[in-house]
Amino acid sequence: MFTKIGQTQEESVRVWFEGCEMTVGKGLSVAAALLGEGITHFRNTPVTAAERGPFCMMGVCFDCLLVIDGQANLQACMVEVSEGMCIERQCGAADPELDPALAATANRGETTP
Amino acid sequence: MHTLPRNEPGERHAAGRVKKHADAVVIGAGLHGCSTALHLRLGGLSVLVLEKDYPGRHASGVNAGGVRRLGRALEEVAMSMVAADMWKHMADLVDDDCGFEASGQIKVAESEGEFDLQKKRVAMLQSRGFGHEKLIDKTILRERLPAVSPHCVGGILVEDDGHANPFRTVTAFRRRCETLGVEFHSGAAVTAARQRHGNWLIETAKGSFESAMVVNCAGAWGGRVAALLGEPPVPVDAQAPMLMITARMPAFIEPVVGAQGRTLSFKQFANGTVLVGGGHRGRAESGTNATSLNYQRLAINAQTALDIFPIMSQARVVRCWAGIEGVMPDQIPVIGPGSEPGVFHAFGFSAHGFQLGPVVGRILGELVAHGRGSLDIGPFAIGRFADKGDATQHGARSYGG
Amino acid sequence: MTKHYDIIVIGAGPAGMSASRTAAAQGARVLVLDEQSSPGGQIYRAIEKPHNQRRRELGSSYQDGVPLVHGFRQSELDYVNAASVWQLSADLEVGYSRDGIAQLVRADRIIVATGAQERPVPIPGWTKRGVMTVGAAQILLKESSVVASDAVFAGSGPLLYLAVHQYLELGVPVKAVLDLTPAKNYLGALPALFGARADFAKILEGWQWKRAIGAAGIPLLTGVDAVRISGEKSVESVDYRRRGEWQAITCDTAFLHLGVVPNINISMAAGCDCHWSHNQACWTVTVDDWFNSSVAGVSVAGDGVSIGGAAAAEAQGGIAALGALHALGRIDASERDRLAAAYRIRLRKEMGIRHFLDLLFRPADRLRVPREADTVVCRCEEVTAGQIRETLDLGCCGPNQLKSFSRTGMGPCQGRFCGHTVSELIGEASGLPISEVGYFRLRSPIKPLPLKELADLAHSSKE
Repeated sequence: MFTKIGQTQEESVRVWFEGCEMTVGKGLSVAAALLGEGITHFRNTPVTAAERGPFCMMGVCFDCLLVIDGQANLQACMVEVSEGMCIERQCGAADPELDPALAATANRGETTP
Repeated sequence: MHTLPRNEPGERHAAGRVKKHADAVVIGAGLHGCSTALHLRLGGLSVLVLEKDYPGRHASGVNAGGVRRLGRALEEVAMSMVAADMWKHMADLVDDDCGFEASGQIKVAESEGEFDLQKKRVAMLQSRGFGHEKLIDKTILRERLPAVSPHCVGGILVEDDGHANPFRTVTAFRRRCETLGVEFHSGAAVTAARQRHGNWLIETAKGSFESAMVVNCAGAWGGRVAALLGEPPVPVDAQAPMLMITARMPAFIEPVVGAQGRTLSFKQFANGTVLVGGGHRGRAESGTNATSLNYQRLAINAQTALDIFPIMSQARVVRCWAGIEGVMPDQIPVIGPGSEPGVFHAFGFSAHGFQLGPVVGRILGELVAHGRGSLDIGPFAIGRFADKGDATQHGARSYGG
Repeated sequence: MTKHYDIIVIGAGPAGMSASRTAAAQGARVLVLDEQSSPGGQIYRAIEKPHNQRRRELGSSYQDGVPLVHGFRQSELDYVNAASVWQLSADLEVGYSRDGIAQLVRADRIIVATGAQERPVPIPGWTKRGVMTVGAAQILLKESSVVASDAVFAGSGPLLYLAVHQYLELGVPVKAVLDLTPAKNYLGALPALFGARADFAKILEGWQWKRAIGAAGIPLLTGVDAVRISGEKSVESVDYRRRGEWQAITCDTAFLHLGVVPNINISMAAGCDCHWSHNQACWTVTVDDWFNSSVAGVSVAGDGVSIGGAAAAEAQGGIAALGALHALGRIDASERDRLAAAYRIRLRKEMGIRHFLDLLFRPADRLRVPREADTVVCRCEEVTAGQIRETLDLGCCGPNQLKSFSRTGMGPCQGRFCGHTVSELIGEASGLPISEVGYFRLRSPIKPLPLKELADLAHSSKE
């Protein structure tokens, strides 16, 4: 479980995560803010729908992808929270109706460099 | 599948040097080279394939994967129709459907003026007996492409066109060849070729090879190989059409889409990623295999995609690349016999050769075996540039994977 | 019009700050692009936050960053924070995005100072929610004062103990520390200890951290040779093997660390030659004495070249900048050499201990190249070691063909967390040296670029 330590934040902002309002420290990354609220489930992967959360916190791994203010595929560790921000989990599959088991074996094909 | 004669490439030892020999040598292990090798082998010949890098390294493995008759130059249409039929039964040929999906292809008209051009094109094709390109109005366009921008007025649809996976395709052809006993030599760049006693002796970085027949399927390097095989200079330009792919998006489109008035090739894969291309060019260095991207031109490509599909404002580009293509001045390939005995050519597909891969192999197979093919390949003669002096008189043609 | 600078520095960590400061001091027009909101890099992350400068528990080496950042702030240069650099071309064009706007800028010289990233830790279960890197634990602590109260730390190397020690100083409970340093490394590194004698204080500090952790009653288990993460969807326990026996520690968070590797994506995409370093078990950029890469006009300095730590990076940044200034004709060779002398002395001193650390903390083969078939190698596309080995058996010979066959390395992280493993897996299967196996062919954008921003470039370039 993640918790916050030390002096409480001087300033805070209100954000919504999956429709729930929460008050978080100003200047924090979205990833840190959500972890501080005890949230570790950020997205489901597109291939097997596995649950993922932040891993590297430095913009390298792309495991903390979220939908922020309607924009998908944003790295939560690289975006700062702002007042009124609307944050949603990223449901990974390209087609929501696609069965995750099926998606695992579905067309892996695509051209490549 | 009928049984093939046990006719396989062999070795000859002469003066301490090992020399590989076969009935036919194919230079280039792109899709056309692999398909040609396959058809030659199915015709009972022993075949060696020489590849300077590895099979499918260049345009064959990294193109947009468009399988289309839509918008082809008139000279290519008959051949392309036969190819379309072969794509439908691809598994019979190579034991793999190559990821082919008959999703349809649509060329969108963004104005009444463009739509008029399309009407003329469809009428012209019909007058020649080709009915595959069908005009669709605004309503049908929107039915087929719910995500298309409202400003688009209509288009041309080819129902059974679609797309396939390029690397999987070239790999399937190669593996089928190998199963049948065709030998592939990677890293075997051809350095010299000469005739002796009715055979061709071919020197490469990986040793010497000998055969009665040589087929040049060297793509962007086809001009260089042609010169080694005794042809007068052929104007092949190495170009690097750029492609970009996005992160996964919700499914919003099935057919492959092009545009009448701008260069665009646009499709979404089953995994949600979207491929945007169409022939904006980066820089190609055929000598070093290097390509570089031109972001100003990619930006124009991105804007076209955004204009025609507003949903792309949500897209994030994760990779861009360019493959090296051999482009002829008149934008149609060289296919046919060479000037010297035993030489045949199939190169310079000008960035739209993917769909033709299966049929070109078949044509070469017929040519090598019988000296003539069932399709008219007159317009693709290698002599056309030498004959006419002005190589550019054919003019530019439609472009796209 | 595309803006033009004398020098563009990519990254504002120790190497980038030092390089840009040195260049600006000689009057060069310098642009610094950095992904973070404030300068410092990963090591001095959030160092400008007043409460961090008071925090003794972050360690003395962290406070070394204070004068460096101060000097950087005082320099006359253009500093763009929160900038995501997505391309560097061989003709020295840099593309970056900030606030939803993409821009192309050019310079006569580029200094790449992209630092390090954590080495992949491909063990069973490492993709589960609740598993993070030790670097991530540090970032959460320095930047956000967020800590995990039920965590197992597992890995090897100085950062592991530094992070645990920081938790200890702050009074945050730590469930256990699993040291994955192979036992044979202690003996193997011994001969290199002599070369590291100048830095004896550092070795002593590490030993003191270790002792303090033990004294605090935190279970510290050495000689652990295998680890896996168990749990249905998130971490429920960390299982480890010690003296041939498996044990489990219940926890909800696992921090993993097997050292760091250079962040090479920008350099590789620009075409800089790289080679495999056996001792560091990672790809490193090939550079000359002035940190020039194989691409004309591009220098690479700091941990983005090979791992040397913050102080070495600072010295390298200075040397790279002096080399660039000389190439630009701003200083003559004797001035360059004179100014570089102090940096070189410092660099030599820093590199003394490096060889010792490389040998001591080189992760075991089985931790870098997973044995278990179902261990995920490519986190993005969820491709397992077993699937990769099967694909290699089909006759797929290199990293790029593997990409085409299996999508390994084709997700948004662009191979950052699988590329090293893939090179080594192919080396193992083919018997080829890793340098010959090579790495993924990297292409820009090296960070995802919104298509809309790309399209807007068409308009801005016309103006």
